[in-house]
Amino acid sequence: MLHLLVFSVFGLICVAGAINLLVQRHPINSALSLVVVMGSLAVEYLLLGAEFVAAVQVIVYAGAIMVLFVFVIMLLNAGVEERSKGSRVAMLFGVPGVLIGTVLVAWVLLARSGTGNVAVGALPGPPKVIGWLLFHDFLLPFEVTSVLVLIAIMGAVVLASHPGSKQPDKREG
Amino acid sequence: MTLSVFILVSVIKIVVALGILLTAVAYTVWLERKVVGHIQNRWGPTRVGPFGLLQPLADGVKFIFKEDLLPPHVYKPLYIAAPMIALIFALTSISVIPIGNWVTVLGIHTPLEITDVNIGLLIVLGITSLGVYGVALAGWSSNSKYSLLGGLRAGAQMVSYEISLGLSLVGVLIMAGSFNLREIVDAQSGTFWGFIPRWNIFQGQIVAFFIYLMAAYAETNRIPFDLPEAETELVAGYHTEYSAMKFAMFFMAEYANMITVACLATLLFLGGWNGPHRFGPPLLQAVLPVFWFAVKIFAFLFLYIWVRGTLPRFRYDQLMAFGWKFLLPLAIANLVITALIVALRA
Repeated sequence: MLHLLVFSVFGLICVAGAINLLVQRHPINSALSLVVVMGSLAVEYLLLGAEFVAAVQVIVYAGAIMVLFVFVIMLLNAGVEERSKGSRVAMLFGVPGVLIGTVLVAWVLLARSGTGNVAVGALPGPPKVIGWLLFHDFLLPFEVTSVLVLIAIMGAVVLASHPGSKQPDKREG
Repeated sequence: MTLSVFILVSVIKIVVALGILLTAVAYTVWLERKVVGHIQNRWGPTRVGPFGLLQPLADGVKFIFKEDLLPPHVYKPLYIAAPMIALIFALTSISVIPIGNWVTVLGIHTPLEITDVNIGLLIVLGITSLGVYGVALAGWSSNSKYSLLGGLRAGAQMVSYEISLGLSLVGVLIMAGSFNLREIVDAQSGTFWGFIPRWNIFQGQIVAFFIYLMAAYAETNRIPFDLPEAETELVAGYHTEYSAMKFAMFFMAEYANMITVACLATLLFLGGWNGPHRFGPPLLQAVLPVFWFAVKIFAFLFLYIWVRGTLPRFRYDQLMAFGWKFLLPLAIANLVITALIVALRA
């Protein structure tokens, strides 16, 4: 009962943070709303029993990736954004589309309970279980993903270095 | 244990832990002023109380009664929230740090920490990694050049050194096989040949300890890595525009982070509360583990202050090159070698 209450409260906080992310006009407020979303998602994982995933969610997403977001916003000194009138296509198709999608997903989940529902505390939680899954059952997907990340890193390095142009003079570190 | 007793015990433990931590923060400041004073051939605080021991109290009263200035050019919501974020995360991380064995008081069996969780180390890392928001947002919301530069430096520095810090801990985790701080300490009990304690630092993790030590100085923005608040170039860095209690909150957060880092070093590398405690009357035996823990933390903090009194500040490019080109490869090498040895032994 207490679990369900806390779960619902953080679910609401999560959705409120996501809506606030869209409504805010200043990029830094939006980024901080995203931190709130990440944090409440971590609490939801924790309540479902996935304590390792919850901790990693906080360390990696809230603690590292979002810090880089905030860092970039600070570095570029991005100001308040102009509010446009919004596109007509979004109003005509987007809003009904989202509504229909939500109803469909909810209907499927409710009609076929047991496929989409996760009981409280049912997810694999302890780090040992996660490690076993990653390095035995899902070894190939895990390694393929790591190669994918490596490619992304190399792409970032290529984009960041300007071939042809001279590097600014570097002092010895 | 019923729910009401559990809540009562938890509240008592939280109050006691916070009280100890805040007192420790205040007296770490005193210790630092005293030690650095003696290093520089001065006396440090001497006027308030014997040996200046009441100086932290006087400072606290002064901070509370100072006028709380709100500069007109700041972005108010974040300017006010930033010191709170910094202090809250600095104080929260103490909640999963054990300071001794389980004790039984008045028939209630409880661990000497606020809560015993099986991912304790990850929780400490997660909470401390959120602390950077306080510093970064303070720098940005102050709307001043020096603050912004300080905030940017802090953000880049803390994210960079967090990687080396985390990797240096993985070797210890491999050896203990657990994220639970209590189990990590238990894995370090006993001695080799009767006199060398089985602390991780004596079990081949000495390189990891030094990586941790250096990364910890950078994480807590201390000399020689205190670039985010380098007085000679940035006035006071990210807290230039802060005064009174808001400034004091950053100050307290910095020292609370130092104590957390010292606690982690003690638990992971220096054997936690392990030490000679099988002598004397039963009451002494019960208190000794906590005493050893406190002694180790004091030694670590003293080292912190000693380094501050000895080393000059690095340049920023040196800091970044050191973190990425030296500490990170070293940490990875240490991790691979530790994993190999553990795998060969198994």
